[in-house]
Amino acid sequence: MKLSRKFLSDYVDIPSDVTTKQIAEDMTNVGNEYDSCEKLIPATNLVIGEVVECVDHPDSDHLHVCKVDVGTEVLNIVCGAPNCRKGLKVIVALTGAELPGGEIKKGMIRGVESNGMLCSMAELGLDSKFLSEKDYEGIHELDSDAKVGEDPIKYLGLDDEVIDFELTSNRGDLLSILGMAYEIGAIYGSKVKDIDLTYNASGNIDFNLNIETDNCSLFLAKQVKNVTIKESPDFIKNRLIASGIRPINNVVDISNYVMLELGQPLHFYDNDTLGNTIVVRMASDGEKLTTLDNEERILSKDDIVITDGTKAVGLAGVMGGLSTEIEETTKNILIEAAIFNSIKIRKTAKKILRSEASNRFEKGIDPKRTYMAIERCCNLLKKYADATIVDGMKVIDNTNNTDKEITVSLEKINKVLGTNIEKKEVIDIFERLGFTVKEENNVFTVIVPTRRLDISIKEDLIEEVGRYYGMDKIQGSKLILPLKEGKLDKTRRQIKNKMISMGLNEALSYALIPESEVHKYTLDEFTHINLADPMSEDRKTLRYSLLYSLEQIYKFNKARNFKDTCVFEIGKGFFKENYEYKEELKLAGLMTGKYYLNINNTNVDFYIAKGVVEELLDFLGYNGRYSILPGNVPSELHPGVSASIILQGKEIGIIGKLHPSITKDNVFVFEINLSKLLSNRTSNIKFKEIPKFLGMEKDVAFVVNKNITNKEIVDVIKKSGGKLLTNIEVFDVYTGEKINSDEVSIAYNLKFEDMNKTLTEEEVMTVFNKIISDVENKLGARVRKGE
Amino acid sequence: MQEKVEMLCKEIEEKISNITNLKDLTDLKAEYMGKKGIITELQSGIKDAVDKKEYGMQVNTVRTTFNEKYENKLKELQEEELNRKLESEKIDVTLPSKRIRQGSKHPMTRIQEELEDLFVSMGYDVYDGPEIETDENCFQKLNLPIGHPARDAQDTFYLENEYENYLLRSQTSTGQVRVMEANVEKGPIRVVCPGKVYRRDDDATHSHQFMQMEGLVIDENVSMADLKGTLETFCKKLLGEKTDVRFRPSFFPFTEPSVEVDATCFKCGGKGCPLCKQTGWIEVLGAGMVHPDVLKMSGYDPEKYQGFAFGTGLDRFAMFRFGITDIRTIYGNDVRFLNQFTKGDEHNETK
Repeated sequence: MKLSRKFLSDYVDIPSDVTTKQIAEDMTNVGNEYDSCEKLIPATNLVIGEVVECVDHPDSDHLHVCKVDVGTEVLNIVCGAPNCRKGLKVIVALTGAELPGGEIKKGMIRGVESNGMLCSMAELGLDSKFLSEKDYEGIHELDSDAKVGEDPIKYLGLDDEVIDFELTSNRGDLLSILGMAYEIGAIYGSKVKDIDLTYNASGNIDFNLNIETDNCSLFLAKQVKNVTIKESPDFIKNRLIASGIRPINNVVDISNYVMLELGQPLHFYDNDTLGNTIVVRMASDGEKLTTLDNEERILSKDDIVITDGTKAVGLAGVMGGLSTEIEETTKNILIEAAIFNSIKIRKTAKKILRSEASNRFEKGIDPKRTYMAIERCCNLLKKYADATIVDGMKVIDNTNNTDKEITVSLEKINKVLGTNIEKKEVIDIFERLGFTVKEENNVFTVIVPTRRLDISIKEDLIEEVGRYYGMDKIQGSKLILPLKEGKLDKTRRQIKNKMISMGLNEALSYALIPESEVHKYTLDEFTHINLADPMSEDRKTLRYSLLYSLEQIYKFNKARNFKDTCVFEIGKGFFKENYEYKEELKLAGLMTGKYYLNINNTNVDFYIAKGVVEELLDFLGYNGRYSILPGNVPSELHPGVSASIILQGKEIGIIGKLHPSITKDNVFVFEINLSKLLSNRTSNIKFKEIPKFLGMEKDVAFVVNKNITNKEIVDVIKKSGGKLLTNIEVFDVYTGEKINSDEVSIAYNLKFEDMNKTLTEEEVMTVFNKIISDVENKLGARVRKGE
Repeated sequence: MQEKVEMLCKEIEEKISNITNLKDLTDLKAEYMGKKGIITELQSGIKDAVDKKEYGMQVNTVRTTFNEKYENKLKELQEEELNRKLESEKIDVTLPSKRIRQGSKHPMTRIQEELEDLFVSMGYDVYDGPEIETDENCFQKLNLPIGHPARDAQDTFYLENEYENYLLRSQTSTGQVRVMEANVEKGPIRVVCPGKVYRRDDDATHSHQFMQMEGLVIDENVSMADLKGTLETFCKKLLGEKTDVRFRPSFFPFTEPSVEVDATCFKCGGKGCPLCKQTGWIEVLGAGMVHPDVLKMSGYDPEKYQGFAFGTGLDRFAMFRFGITDIRTIYGNDVRFLNQFTKGDEHNETK
């Protein structure tokens, strides 16, 4: 909302020593933040001059050499404007003037000295939407009564300053200069001036009004006859310009002027093209209307329309229709001032066009202003468009416009704000705001005018007190509440710390991915979730697996020549199941490049990645309850270098090498469904007695067919070893010349222990021999003898 | 005999002192102490001796002398050999170590954990809710009914075919609703809800996915002054002890009164710079007293309880703390970026 200082001063007196910047700051301090505060015309060092001589430049076919009287002296100025001529009153930018295009300097133009510039309105920095073709064709021509030597901006009435506010959505009342006047008046203790609403009327209204929807709570229709369409007076034009609205003609300008003044959007119909009936109703689906901007709009049953009884003539609250537009020839006018349902307007405006009008309807209108607005229009139309006002008005009013009465105690105010504000100060604040206040036993009964639509409960009043007392004057206090332990689930932190300690970088990527990628890195069948209105195809779908994101991170870094990527991420995977939206916490990792750093560094391989997973699972307390086994894995993984991570018979994750079709590099990934994993409880640490007797170790290497896995051998060893066998470690794996090419040799170190005694060689050998024969018999293995 | 013994002792002493390696020493031992060694032979001469006691004593003197000298020499030679071995085993300790590559904690996690720890130490629980939410929890129960103009400030991602029904949460205030609803006794609450949120926005200072933290305290006597004190602690912790906090009145549908909270500009320390638009202040939080309607909608009695709530974007704090200028860097996952965060937590350091 743009606030013109001049416009404001029509309604409230602000001490002249208060700068506009100060007003902006003070408004910010009561909660109305400003975005900018600037002069309407930022150019400096301008003066009214008269061209006393104008001859062609000797060296140019379009430049003129002028002598310009600026009051104190006569300047030599070269000017290229075609309309430059002797006797013209012009705007002169003196040497040193700051214009939006730069500083004016003394200079030579094709050999002729030039001490300044004759200006067009465009060169002064006025927004292009206020400029006509004339303004671009040449310099601005001032009227002959302009006094040489004076300030041209002041002469034009454009010596204004504008504050642009970013208002909060509850303060619809501030979308009017009058509302601003109340708010700013409260800051400086100034009373708001009365607005002239007087006019004479004659004749009798001849009009039919009907409302066929609940979405229009108030509709006023007033007839005005015999207007003269012409240019608006300067004060109206200038205030519109300062408010960012382009002047058109007196009648249209008055409707905008009153909207700015009072916050009530108005619509003027050509009464002759409209006829004598208005019916407000909801549009039907597919109904068409050509709006003022000459666009054909297709409407729906959610849009409110103004009709002439049969066809739509306006899109309520958003934009008028072309067929009943005010034109140069318009004589008779029907004024509409109404209040429409804010939610419906918001919806229509969002779909079709956000306008000054719709913005105000969305935020709410005070019904009192609706009536005021009609009267103000009549007053101005009579004065500036020679109108005849028809007596009487058609009114359909279902609003409640009685002032609200709210009570609040001094105690409650101070309890909420944490302050010790005194009674006198509270009363003063309410009175400055224009509220009526009565006090009894420290309880205030406040009558809030209808213009303050945002105030309805005592907390709203407490906020008013806080705003004008100064929220920042509240002193911070140390909140004292009963001691209690703050609860925090540290599992996620522990996992992160563990992964980090194992050399992985924590990544943070976007949960939204392309729809085409959502079923990758998983064999699960699930319904994925799309956004209704994504920003782009790349961010359309909620990810299920995090591995696509990690693959992208790997590729991103590889493209930057960075090959040692080891990253993990913890995030949600999303899906829909039985009409319910589900999210599961997942941990994914990607590892490639160097892992052990040294002169002879070691690159990541499957077993390093597997080690990371096992370390984590053991750390979380799942030791001995999981296994990593060959299984069905998604096609993004190498079928021979991948496995399922199984916890108590259920798959909780996958691990493997990226398929060569994705990358030729050795890249290893894993993903664990943490929601599934962590739903399995783990037991607390409990001390076990340390064996008092020394154990014995035996080594054995089995040669088996390559199809036999280590796990199969270990399972047999475990079963045969029984209770005495307490640990199994693989210490060598061999394939090569010394055995057949389809064979592999795996060497194990077995540890035997007994809690109650020292084992004898015989006891151990009995078990050891049983293990050997079982492995040989069950798996077709043979013991590899030492060479 | 005594003369012979003296000679022998002298000879032993001389021979041992000339020995320079273990082998010669071992040979010498054999020469004197072996089965046919000089001392062994001498010993066997006892059977012919007149005064056997005297003879024995003399032989013993020789043996003792030998053993003493021998042991000393042996020690000396072994020490020399060990020293040679140690010398030969010397390595270049300045060569690269053998270690696994370093991992790093993401800057957002650092900020999140730091704040969680601060609030947990003040008795707040940490709550993490779902990222897919209902319109009801994200807006309606926060006093933003359908069609409310304040919804404009948050361009929401609705799920396909779920307009005004299901969405990606646009604010962690959803946690506030969930915690209030879940509290069956409708008693006091102290909670913070950090997490990911989503809005239709993407530029150097906005990302469509970012992190927020909501805080909520409900009790019988909780005021704006307590809110300010709490946020002062919060801002000092995150931005440094010299940070001041300023309240500006504002509007949020779920709080009344509402304030925007500014902290002393962390770039210029309040002197004024381009970052703070010369004001010396940076907006860091939105806050206020929980709106009575919000309390009511979640079953609380606004006559008995009042409370405050605050919400803040964590990304900005991370950007400040680590000097990151473009928010997209945070979500870019350039390993050269991530590798800069290998240092341990800095929770107790102040700026």
